[in-house]
Amino acid sequence: MAGIVISGVRKRFGDVQVLRDVSLSVAPGEFVALVGPSGCGKTTLMRIVAGIERHDAGSLDIGGRQVGGLRAADRDVAMVFQSYALYPHLTVAENIAVPLTMRRLSSWQRLPLLGRFWPGARATRAGIAADAAAAADSLGLGAMLGRRPAQLSGGQRQRVALARAIVRSPKAFLMDEPLSNLDAALRVQTRREIVDIHRRVGATTLYVTHDQSEALTMADRVAVMQAGQILQVDTPERIYADPADLRVATFIGSPRINTLPAEIRADGMVMVAGLAMGLRAEGAAGEATLALRPEDLRPDPAGTLPVVTEHLEFLGECTLLHARHAGLGTALTLRLPPGATAAQGPFRLGFSAPRALVFGADGRRRAVRVLEAAHV
Amino acid sequence: MSEAVARARPTFVPRGEGWAGWMLCLPAVLSYLLLLLLPTLAAVLLAFTDYELGAPGLAWIGLGNFQELLDDRGFRISLRNTLIYVGIVAPVSIAGALALALLIEAATRGRALFRAVFFLPMVSLPVAMATAWQYLLHPTIGPLNAALAQLGIAGPAWLTSSDTVLLSLAFIGIWEAIGFNLVLFLAGLTAIPRELHQAAEVDGVKSAWERFRLVTWPLLGPTTLFVVTITMIRSVRVFDSVAVLTQGGPNRASEVLLYTMYTEGFTFFRLGYSAAITLVFLIIVLGLMLLQTRVLDKRVHYG
Repeated sequence: MAGIVISGVRKRFGDVQVLRDVSLSVAPGEFVALVGPSGCGKTTLMRIVAGIERHDAGSLDIGGRQVGGLRAADRDVAMVFQSYALYPHLTVAENIAVPLTMRRLSSWQRLPLLGRFWPGARATRAGIAADAAAAADSLGLGAMLGRRPAQLSGGQRQRVALARAIVRSPKAFLMDEPLSNLDAALRVQTRREIVDIHRRVGATTLYVTHDQSEALTMADRVAVMQAGQILQVDTPERIYADPADLRVATFIGSPRINTLPAEIRADGMVMVAGLAMGLRAEGAAGEATLALRPEDLRPDPAGTLPVVTEHLEFLGECTLLHARHAGLGTALTLRLPPGATAAQGPFRLGFSAPRALVFGADGRRRAVRVLEAAHV
Repeated sequence: MSEAVARARPTFVPRGEGWAGWMLCLPAVLSYLLLLLLPTLAAVLLAFTDYELGAPGLAWIGLGNFQELLDDRGFRISLRNTLIYVGIVAPVSIAGALALALLIEAATRGRALFRAVFFLPMVSLPVAMATAWQYLLHPTIGPLNAALAQLGIAGPAWLTSSDTVLLSLAFIGIWEAIGFNLVLFLAGLTAIPRELHQAAEVDGVKSAWERFRLVTWPLLGPTTLFVVTITMIRSVRVFDSVAVLTQGGPNRASEVLLYTMYTEGFTFFRLGYSAAITLVFLIIVLGLMLLQTRVLDKRVHYG
């Protein structure tokens, strides 16, 4: 088992700087999810780690070995592609066996026809077939060894791709949006299976996704990436509750976090539409953003946010109340218990002050203190 | 009652619809019958008669023409020459086109240029090109032999010596076929997902040869099958270059199937005999098509 250390990696495609000074380390046996919107560079980063793409600057270390100059074949990592990239002309068993065939048989033993009779080839091939069958069995593919990818469902293909990755014990697993081609129900199920495999095999895993719920549910740590930069790497809980950057706060969480334009006064008081929020921010005065999760808002006659109801959305386990700030016109979403009804006309909202997030004009998080007299 | 009506409705087809369908098909059906099926049938029937152009009548002679074919030394030479020609042109133009396609695909620049250069023979007029070849291969004024003479080699009379004439024609045939095959192979290569090559690399494939064996060659299967079939059929059909450059000579050394058919039919006006040769040609082509659909098709994987 080996860790991955990416430091100062840059990549440019023509005029587009895709990766700007990216550093990330994955500890041995750790599951790190790389999450970000489409085009943020996360897949490029993974392909650089795999050796499919070359980086312009920076260094790559897998298991204590510099691999920046090595070919993909020499890096000893396994990759699961978004399209699965199964060999369509090979059976399930043959697909899973490919990485073993390439590593355990010499090029003479791989020769067509002649290779079969090369010394040792027979025994090695038998070993490969047994290992491939064992990998297939562990993913419930035992009955499908003789089928070709075209005869499999999307979920089964996905599992063949996983089996092809786990069949040799690679230094690290790289998974590039492996679930994005599956339907919603299957996605949740396969999500669990991948986590189970990770627990069982304990392999270092770098997992790329644009789906924050995958990142939050599966990973030990989540790296949020945007515009070619990693904004924050942290546990799912801290990424959600303690984001370091406004872009992390707005990207993670569904429904999206509420953001209100605010001002930090010279004495540190956080003001929204001229009302003090009961929070004192550290650092320089100036424009700021107050960010509040939908579940941290509640109707409160003594609250500091005057709003008007727009509409209610019943989601089963909860009801979303869409409102608009009376003075600013900013949209606000509240997560309420399922039976909740909304007051018609203007009313006030309060929020859980210890969970309020304040970001400076540069988007960086500001430390805040909650004042005792919360309601002014 | 209403239930019965409802059930009957889906099977009810207005009478006019079938009629309209036939009317719409009619032009295609008619032209197929008149221009393809009937002439073929006439040729097949003629093959069993002694009909000669301008003769007052014809007689049914059964397998007489075929009997004559078996004893005809000229036909045997022509058949053998055709097989040798196909045996050279098909493998060389297919393997050469595949090699060129792989090189061009791997190139980072100039793809369009190379594609155009190799495809050029395909779009040029065969007869005009044949004339150009005649000049190039001319034993005394041709640039090829002039170049060879510079090296101190006395070039042969490429198109007028019975030792080299078939080889020279085969070379021209390869030159004509390779561009077409190349374009087909390039199209086939583009259709192979790049991710498969990348997956192969991550799976430990280190050499270009291994990558070709694991991914490229199997996925190119349908393309290769098509190229093999079309090249063989096209080279069995060789005629233009022979008619323009050698007229089957010298001493029948470049006599090929279609040229024999042409001389029998349109020089000696023995249309019945010529039709018999056509039938042999037809059987060869059908045999090749059968080979494709029955044998090779089973061994090719379609994505």
